[in-house]
Amino acid sequence: MYEFDWSSIPGALPFLWEGMKVSLEITACAVLFGIAWGTLLAMARLAAIKPLTWLAAGYVNLFRAIPLVMVLLWFFLIVPQVLRGVFNLSATTDVRLASALVGFALFEAAYYSEIIRAGIQSVPKGQVAAAAALGMTYAQAMRLVVLPQAFRNMVPLLLTQAIVLFQDTSLVYVSALADFFGVAYKVGDRDGRLVELLLFAGAVYFLICFAASQAVRHYQKKLNAHGAH
Amino acid sequence: MGYQWNWSIFGSTVPTGETTYLVWLLSGLQTTILLSLSAWLLALALGSLTGVLRTVPSKPLSTLASAYVELFRNIPLLVQLFIWYFVLPEILPFGLGDAFKQQLSPLTQQFLSAMLCLAFFTSARVAEQVRAGINALPRGQRAAGLALGFTLPQTYRHVLLPMAFRLIVPPLTSECLNIFKNSAVCSTIGLLELAAQGRQLVDYTAQPYESFIAITLLYLVINVVVMGLMRIVEARARVPGYLGSK
Repeated sequence: MYEFDWSSIPGALPFLWEGMKVSLEITACAVLFGIAWGTLLAMARLAAIKPLTWLAAGYVNLFRAIPLVMVLLWFFLIVPQVLRGVFNLSATTDVRLASALVGFALFEAAYYSEIIRAGIQSVPKGQVAAAAALGMTYAQAMRLVVLPQAFRNMVPLLLTQAIVLFQDTSLVYVSALADFFGVAYKVGDRDGRLVELLLFAGAVYFLICFAASQAVRHYQKKLNAHGAH
Repeated sequence: MGYQWNWSIFGSTVPTGETTYLVWLLSGLQTTILLSLSAWLLALALGSLTGVLRTVPSKPLSTLASAYVELFRNIPLLVQLFIWYFVLPEILPFGLGDAFKQQLSPLTQQFLSAMLCLAFFTSARVAEQVRAGINALPRGQRAAGLALGFTLPQTYRHVLLPMAFRLIVPPLTSECLNIFKNSAVCSTIGLLELAAQGRQLVDYTAQPYESFIAITLLYLVINVVVMGLMRIVEARARVPGYLGSK
């Protein structure tokens, strides 16, 4: 029978926390950029200009058809070369974090844009017509009438996607970047306690994601009750 | 940027000399397809069972099924994979773990861990869809089944599930696409599927762009084929009078 020995975890907590900060940093950056870029993509897909629609649809479908692991590998290949070319960095500068941030942000934007597109389409057409009748331009109608309503309905879905994204950040493992999971694996490997560290990492992810998804569910119930009257 | 393109790289022989890089690529594709399909079948079975259990009028059973879904949905796929591959063989009782480590070849160990991991991970998502499908049916259907003298299992088998499955083909399509994409994660335990073959090609040939472009195109092809097949299923399964039907 396996003898558990959890003693290497307490001493490793500071490292694990540093790793968690990297995971959270990537998540926050990808959520913010993903929603901003995703909103633009969604508006482009719903625009009346055909080439713009095609471009946006092509972008979204391409990113949604490729595994995240592949996307990350692509960005770890391309981004360092581009960054070094543009900023004249030396070949030893560590740009793995920058590559991961760019990769996640562009990848998640494709998923966010689908959520946002559905959110925009859920706003009744009469609202756009009313805004136009009031003399608003298209940009004003979007900014002041459509998007505020769309985003209020979308908040639970956007948050759920953020939880998925937080889980996906563990895949930066493929670039040996020290996120929470990467640190847990390294500590376990170093101390010969991989079993304990992997179970610990799983438990931490579970607690965070379960608590977050319960909070989202609670919020959605409140939102539904609010909108029902 | 002065990159030397060399597409003929796929035709050249690998260092050991017995085959070409193209064959490596195709064997990776084969592993990806085998892995994803076997995991998908298992995920459908496990997910259907769990989804049904979430809707039965028994508190312990539905709580158990909810716990199952929450467990597999709230831990990252990569962490689950490492637990299947590195942790379970260590802690399984009755010599099962030792048998796994000693009697199976490393390749079989990787494949089995990867398949079980993908299957359980996806089954939690399939369960949510099955539950949504059953809950989308009018309540009268269950009552009518029971009123006709069907037992609860018979009501599920003959009344609820045939309709529910037809309703959830579109979301199941996206889960099926996901399992192929998620299988790329299994390259991390050394399983030589498509993404891993791509990285190996980069290491051996130093022609990263050609390998990555080839791998990406193969994933796109898988995507298109799965979508095409599921569209046929969808067209046949569509229920007249429901949303999305013609």
